[in-house]
Amino acid sequence: MGREAPPENGNNGRADGAAAISFKRVRKTFPRGEGRIEALKGISIEIRKGRVTGLVGPDGAGKTTLMRLSVCLLEPDEGALTVMGMDAAEDPLAIQSAVRYMPQQFGLYEDLSVQENLDLYADLQGVLPADRKERYAELTRMTRLGEFTDRLAGRLSGGMKQKLGLACTLVRPPELLILDEPTVGVDPVSRRELWNIVSRLVEEEGMSVLLSTAYLDEAEKCDEVILLHEGEVLGQGPPGDFTREQKGRAYWVKPPAEKKRDIQWRLSRRDGVVDAVIQGDGVRVVMGHDDGPDKEDLLPEENDLDFEPVDARFEDSYVALLQSRQEANAKDMAAEATPGKDDGAGRKTGESPGDSPGDSPIDVENVRRRFGDFYAVKDVSFSVGHGEVFGLLGANGAGKTTTFRMLCGLLPASGGKLRVAGLDLRRAAAKARARIGYMSQKFSLYGNLSVVENLNFFSSAYNLKGKRRQDRIEWALEGFDLKDRADAASGLLPLGYKQRLALACALMHEPEILFLDEPTSGVDPMARREFWDVINALSGSGVTVLVTTHFMEEAEYCDRLAIMAAGEILALGAPAEIKARAGKSEDEPAASMEEAFIALIESSSAARD
Amino acid sequence: MKQQSAPGGFRRLRGLIRKEFYQIVRDPSAIAIAFLMPVGLLILFGYGVSLDAKHVPIAIVVETPDAATADLTRSFERTEYFEPVRMADMSAAVDALTYHRVDAIVHLRGNFARRLHEEKGAPIGVVINGVDANTARLISGYMEGVWLNWLGDRARSEGTQLLTPVDLRQRIWFNAEVRSRNFLVPGLIAVIMTLIGALLTAMVMAREWERGTMEALLVTPATMGEIILGKLIPYFILGMGGMALSVAMALWVFDVPLRGSLWMLTGTSALFLLAALGMGLLISIVAKNQFIAGQIAIVVTFLPAFLLSGFLFDIGSMPVVVQYITHIVAARYFVAILQSVFLAGDIGSVILPNAAALVLLAAVFLGLSRKKARKRLE
Repeated sequence: MGREAPPENGNNGRADGAAAISFKRVRKTFPRGEGRIEALKGISIEIRKGRVTGLVGPDGAGKTTLMRLSVCLLEPDEGALTVMGMDAAEDPLAIQSAVRYMPQQFGLYEDLSVQENLDLYADLQGVLPADRKERYAELTRMTRLGEFTDRLAGRLSGGMKQKLGLACTLVRPPELLILDEPTVGVDPVSRRELWNIVSRLVEEEGMSVLLSTAYLDEAEKCDEVILLHEGEVLGQGPPGDFTREQKGRAYWVKPPAEKKRDIQWRLSRRDGVVDAVIQGDGVRVVMGHDDGPDKEDLLPEENDLDFEPVDARFEDSYVALLQSRQEANAKDMAAEATPGKDDGAGRKTGESPGDSPGDSPIDVENVRRRFGDFYAVKDVSFSVGHGEVFGLLGANGAGKTTTFRMLCGLLPASGGKLRVAGLDLRRAAAKARARIGYMSQKFSLYGNLSVVENLNFFSSAYNLKGKRRQDRIEWALEGFDLKDRADAASGLLPLGYKQRLALACALMHEPEILFLDEPTSGVDPMARREFWDVINALSGSGVTVLVTTHFMEEAEYCDRLAIMAAGEILALGAPAEIKARAGKSEDEPAASMEEAFIALIESSSAARD
Repeated sequence: MKQQSAPGGFRRLRGLIRKEFYQIVRDPSAIAIAFLMPVGLLILFGYGVSLDAKHVPIAIVVETPDAATADLTRSFERTEYFEPVRMADMSAAVDALTYHRVDAIVHLRGNFARRLHEEKGAPIGVVINGVDANTARLISGYMEGVWLNWLGDRARSEGTQLLTPVDLRQRIWFNAEVRSRNFLVPGLIAVIMTLIGALLTAMVMAREWERGTMEALLVTPATMGEIILGKLIPYFILGMGGMALSVAMALWVFDVPLRGSLWMLTGTSALFLLAALGMGLLISIVAKNQFIAGQIAIVVTFLPAFLLSGFLFDIGSMPVVVQYITHIVAARYFVAILQSVFLAGDIGSVILPNAAALVLLAAVFLGLSRKKARKRLE
C-alpha cells in the first residue's frame, strides 16, 4: 500500500496530493412516508489525506449517510464522489479494499472469541497467514486486548468491544479509515485509549481518518472539522478557525455552589447570551456579540459575581452556528415545561439533602444484587434529598442500570434495604412505583402510535381520568413543545423530540421522584442542553431526580453524585468534593470531572491488582 | 469476483465458512433446529399420529337373533379393526354414538336370515360418526370388507352363488401392511428439510442484519457471491446431516423399507436442499430481522410443505386452484421422490420429472437471491 509522509499538523497548505474523499454536489434522498427526505442537499467537500477529519453535527445532519456513501454502501442520487482517487460509481470493490469503515454499531460476532473475530477479518481482508502473527501482536498491544484473546466478544465491556472493532477494522492497515461515532457509549478511559490509537495511526503510518463524533471536545483534537446540519455543510476548517470567531466572547462566572444551576438557568434565557452551561464549579457564558457581558442586565440581583474572560472552545462556535440556524425556539421550552416556575424564582436551597435519611425520597443501604456467582452491585449505600439532582456515573457494566432497576422495583435486591418515597420496596413495590417516573435508556414508547396516543396510553396506565387526564395531556403538549407534532407517529420524530415525549410520558402522573437512565446517550449537544434545562426546572419545583450518565461534563449539573465501578461506589459527594478527592494533592484538585473519573477508576483497579 | 485473485477469494470464503461453523456450534438454537427438531417431529408423527383405524369401538344391534346374525357378529369380533359391543336396541346404540362411546352402529333388522336371500338386499344398516371424515371413510371401507367376506364365506359354505355381482379381491401394493407410518415418515423428512433449509438460512441472514455484522461484512473486499456461498455451504452440510439423521431414524427406528438406492436418495435430497436454501436466502433479502424472517419462513415454506406437498393431504383431491399453487411448493416434488425411493424403488419415470422440477426451482430461487442481493444498504 502507498504510504505518505504525514503532513505537519496545523499546516493549512491545501496543495498536498489528491483528496482522500471528494464530494461534488452530492445529493442523497430517502423515502419517508409519501415523499422523500433529503439527507444530503448537494454538498461539496474535500477531505485531505494524512489528517484526522472530524464530522460533527446534530442528529439527522447526514453524518452517517456521508460515511456510507464514502464506502459505497449507498449510491448518491446526484453528484460525483471519488475516494482515494477512485470513482465510487465505477469501482466500489476497489474502494472497499482500500478503505476500512467501522459502522456505529460495529459488527462483532458476539459468539466468536476475540481471536476468532480477528481471524475472520484477516481472512476477509486477505492478510497472508505469514504476516498475521506480527500484525496481531501489534494490534493487541495497541488495544491492550492481549490477555483477552480467548474471551467471547459478547463478554467484553463496551469500551473493549469498540477497541476490538477497531482492531478488526485495522487487521490490514488501510489508506483511509472511516469511523462512525467510535466513542459513543464508551467510558472516558477507553475513549482516551481509542484516541491515542487514532493519532498514532495518523502520525506513524500516515493514515487518513474520517470520524464522526457527538463529543465536541473530541472535535478539538481533529486536524480539520466539518460541521454538518440538516444535510448542508455549515463550515469546514481546522477547529482553531471555528474557535477564533468566538474569541473574547466566552466568560466564566463562579456563583456559590448551591446557586450554580439557578444562575445557569437564568443566564441561558437572557438576550445576547448564546450559550450558558455549567462547567466545573461555575457557569460558562458565551455572548452573541463582542461588547462583553453587562452585569446589570444579565444578573441584576447578583452584583458580587464577576465575569472572568476565558478561552473560546469549539463547542461555543458549534452552538453559535446552530443557534443562528434554528432560531432558538427551544429556549422557551423549559420555561413552559414546568408551570409555576417563573424566571428568577430560585430552587429550594434551604434543606441540605441527605442528612435525615429517615424521610429522604431515596434511601439505599448496603444493597447487593447477585446474578449467579457474580455481584453486579455490592454493598451500595446512598440517600437522595428532596428536589436534589443525584447522578450515578460509571462505565458500562459498573452496576448503574442494575441499581436503577432495583430502585424502580423492577428487580429485587439480593440483600440490603431500599426505600423509595418512604416505602419499602420489598413490601410495597407497586405503591412506590405509582410515585415514581421512569425513563429508560432505550426509546420505549410505541413507535407507531402518535404523540397524543402515547400520552393517552401512559395516562391510562397511571390511571388518570377525565379532567385531570385532559389537563396533563394539554400540559405535556404545551410544555414540551409537542403541539405541532401531536399527530405525528412518535417513531418518526427526531431524536430530541422523542426524548421529550418519553420524558413527558414519564411525568404524566406528576411523580415525586424521577429516574432517568442515560437520558442523553446518543443525543446531540443541542438536544442535551434542552434536556438539562427541563431537568433543572423540574428539580426547581421539588421533584427529586436520579440520573445516570457517562457524559462527564453533565455530572457537573448534579447536586451530588456517586461514581461507580465494578458494582461499588468509588466516590460520593458534590462534584467539587469528588474532584478534590481525586486530585494529586489536597491543594490540587482534578481539573475536570473526566480526569477525576479516570483517576478514581485507575486507582481502584490498581488497588484490586 | 473479477478483480480479486482466486486464492484471496478462497481464503475469504473459508473464513466465512469457519465463522459460520463456530456460530452453529455455539448457538444451541441452530443445532436444535437441525437435529432435535427432526427427532422430535419424527417421534411425534411416527408414534403419535397414525392414520390407521384399528380397534374402533362399534355397536351391534340385533333385532331378532338367529344363527346368521350370530355368525356375522362373530366376524366383526374376529377382525382387529373393530371392538364390537352388543346393544339391546337402536336407541341405546344412538346414545352411545352421540356420547362418542362408539364410532359406528351396525344394525341387523328383523328377519335378517330370510331377507338375506331376497334380491332387494340391504338387510344391514350402518350408521357412522362422520365428524372425522377420514376415519369415517376408513370405517365404512373396513365394514364393507367384513360384510363382503362374510357373504363370500357363507356362499362358499352353502354352495350357492353370491348375490352381489362384484367379486372384490383386494391387493395392496408398495405398502402391503397399509401402515400409514410408511408414507408419513418419508413425507415428514421433506417437511423437516424445508424447515432446516429455509428457516435456518433466513434466520441467520436476518441475525447478521440485526446485529450490524452485515454492514461490516459488506464493506470488506468479500463479494456478495462469497457472502452467499459462505452461508449456503455450512447450512447445506448441516441440512444433509439432519437428512442423514432422519433417514437413519426412518430405517432403524420406524422400520420404513428403503427400496430405492441410497445414492438416489442423497442426490435428490441435495437438490431439494438447494431449493430450500434458496428460499431462505430469498426471504432474507426482504426480512432484515429474525422475527419477521421466522414468520415469513413458516408461512411461505413450512406450512405449504406441511399442507400442500401431498404428504398429509392428497393433492389430487384438492380444489384445482390449490393444485396449481402446489406446483411452486418444492416439497411437493420431494415428497413424491421420497415416497417412491422409500416404498417403490428408483422409478425413473417418477423421479426424473420431479427432480427436474427441483433443479428448476433451485435455479430460480438461488439465481433470484444472487441477483437481488447487492452490496448496498438500500
